[in-house]
Amino acid sequence: MSLLTVSGSPHFHADSSVRKIMYGVLISLIPATLVSFYYFGLGAIIVTLTAVVSCLIFEFLIQKYMIKGPITIWDGSAIITGVLLAFNVPSNLPLWMVVVGSFVAIGMGKMTFGGLGKNPFNPALVGRVFMLISFPVEMTTWPKPEPLTTQIADVVTGPTALAFASFSPESIPSYQDMFIGNMAGSLGEISALALILGGIYMLVKRIITWHIPVSFIASVFVFTGIVWLVDPSANMDPVFHIITGGIMLGAIYMATDMVTSPMAPKGMLIFGVGCGVLTVVIRLWGAYPEGVSFAILIMNAFVPLIDRGFKPKRFGEEVKNG
Amino acid sequence: MKTFRIGGVHPPENKLSEKQAIEVLPLPEVATIPLSQHLGVPAVPVVKKGDSVKTGQLIAKGEAFISANIHSSVTGTVTKIDDVVDTSGYRKKAIIIKVEEDQWEEGIDTSDNIIKECNLSPEEIVEKVNEKGIVGMGGATFPSHVKLQVPKGKKADFLLINGVECEPCLTSDHRLMLEKAEQMMVGISIQMRALRVEEAIIGIENNKPDAIKHLRKLAENYKGVSVEPLKIKYPQGAEKQLIKALVNREVPSGKLPIEVGCVVHNVGTSLAVYEAVQKNKPLIDRVVTVTGKDLKKPSNFMVRIGTPALQLIDAAGGLPPNTGKVVNGGPMMGKALNDLESPIAKGTSGIIVFSDDESERVPMQNCIRCAKCISVCPMGLEPFFLGLISDKQRYEECEGNHIMDCMECGSCQYVCPSGRPLLDQVRIGKLNVGKMIRERG
Repeated sequence: MSLLTVSGSPHFHADSSVRKIMYGVLISLIPATLVSFYYFGLGAIIVTLTAVVSCLIFEFLIQKYMIKGPITIWDGSAIITGVLLAFNVPSNLPLWMVVVGSFVAIGMGKMTFGGLGKNPFNPALVGRVFMLISFPVEMTTWPKPEPLTTQIADVVTGPTALAFASFSPESIPSYQDMFIGNMAGSLGEISALALILGGIYMLVKRIITWHIPVSFIASVFVFTGIVWLVDPSANMDPVFHIITGGIMLGAIYMATDMVTSPMAPKGMLIFGVGCGVLTVVIRLWGAYPEGVSFAILIMNAFVPLIDRGFKPKRFGEEVKNG
Repeated sequence: MKTFRIGGVHPPENKLSEKQAIEVLPLPEVATIPLSQHLGVPAVPVVKKGDSVKTGQLIAKGEAFISANIHSSVTGTVTKIDDVVDTSGYRKKAIIIKVEEDQWEEGIDTSDNIIKECNLSPEEIVEKVNEKGIVGMGGATFPSHVKLQVPKGKKADFLLINGVECEPCLTSDHRLMLEKAEQMMVGISIQMRALRVEEAIIGIENNKPDAIKHLRKLAENYKGVSVEPLKIKYPQGAEKQLIKALVNREVPSGKLPIEVGCVVHNVGTSLAVYEAVQKNKPLIDRVVTVTGKDLKKPSNFMVRIGTPALQLIDAAGGLPPNTGKVVNGGPMMGKALNDLESPIAKGTSGIIVFSDDESERVPMQNCIRCAKCISVCPMGLEPFFLGLISDKQRYEECEGNHIMDCMECGSCQYVCPSGRPLLDQVRIGKLNVGKMIRERG
């Protein structure tokens, strides 16, 4: 008989792993991916593939030649970053820009800090904001959805619903279309329905909790609701605000990124409300029609502070007898 | 159905031996009886090398307030008093006895008659329990006579009996509840008498419906005793969690259950109290579950204290060739043995044999801040953070973050997807914080 292992308890380990969590997120992304393929056709497929493959390659190169450490590209996190990055760009974006964005997301957003788990900011958003600032025209020229199109270049472009709202409210698509995803916009943000489906899957699989998405969306709803009630003629109603732009994508996938969000339930609520309020402030009074990315990145920076300030409720902290 | 509120996990139950009736294991050839089988000060030997002892004879005396007497579990000659590696992995003093034919000390009733009548005063009961060396049989081995005395100024409202057995794999309490229920009930009423409480609640997890049914039926004849089925959730057998589940009271951080009017005893302890008070029998044997997925015959054995673990494994079909780890206790809180000759002690509830592939830990990765450890911690702590600051030796901060509240249930490490050794880190932190507190005086 060989030597016995002597290790501390527990001697059981749950059937959980980083890889399982990451692939769970990827499965939940399937509906939104399919919707984007349906409405934006081949362009969407090519952009998504480019982002995923370049994220994987950059992570591999950095791990192999710069860190000279173990290669962990198949843990699924780089694939998620790729997919989410693609979700945040228009489907007709020149591919070299997608590659540059992926490099910034993986290289600057994630690996600089020590890889998965160490990054303070959501890598996909770091990439996205970099692209938005560097290529403002390309990043805000959205193709109109055309089911199952195979065209990539020369597609008909149009403003997003949010952009419409600022100059020609009558051209806004119907709420039903917007909910399903039949509107111009970034790849993955168009279909609230598909994103909610994915969110429910992650909730059931216990990858995320309800705290961040619900507080994020609710605070956007309440804040824009107040503004709308004050002056309905000048402002869009709250339902419009929560189903357009990146709110759903941001609240369900970006803000809930476990690495860059608070860990205790109370902190998650604060974080979600912060994201929601900042988003609305940027949307209504900022230079950009869309504020989700900036809001989440700003709140990411507050996470260590939130974690320090909001601890979970301890057992036996307050004496309650009954 | 009731349960505790914060945290908890659901490890696979793997109760392979739950249908196996308790078998009496033959006597060992040599009994190794450690002097420290309880929480507190080790007992002081009252025999010396060459003495012959009878079964049930006092061989070491617990002289401090928190200590316990130790009795010989066999008849034979003391060959030496020496350091041995016990099941906790430390070298500790033990009395080693070469076993001869079994001869019990006079005055011990070894018959199967059940004596229900008990007219002793609370003080007499406590004295008897003290004299017979009874300790908590659930694993913590706290001397029972201490727990049966209510401190001045405090009042006990409830006696809670722990029949939860939330650890996976273990079935010894389950079998006891089925096979020794009547004696246990008498033991419970004696404990109630000692504590002067009117109400006793037996908490049993819902995966033991036969035990719940059986005890409920018996409880009809015992005034004030009731049975409460509990939702299955680990670590419900932990004292504070059980109190929360049964009577919805929360023991304040750093305090004892009596603070909220509760006293908790394990079902095995109740049986031991019965035997001590009614039959004059000291704690010299106990039920031990021997199990493992590759073991031929997972079993529950009635074992004399001091029997080597290997003898139990042999009786359960022998050590499988692919054995990678042998654990004393349950898989969540038990300790890995480093010597298979380690003796069974008063607190040994199980011996679990793990195969090679079950023994390996999963490889460690970066913490991905998934917060699972926080959501499962039954004490509402932040295990990832405690682990981090303990690793960095920031022990004052550990104390400020209530590291001493941790009862080492292992739920955090069990769920961690990154395979981080959270409990190892927390244990090191607790050790150092404990040292700090003692130095402060």
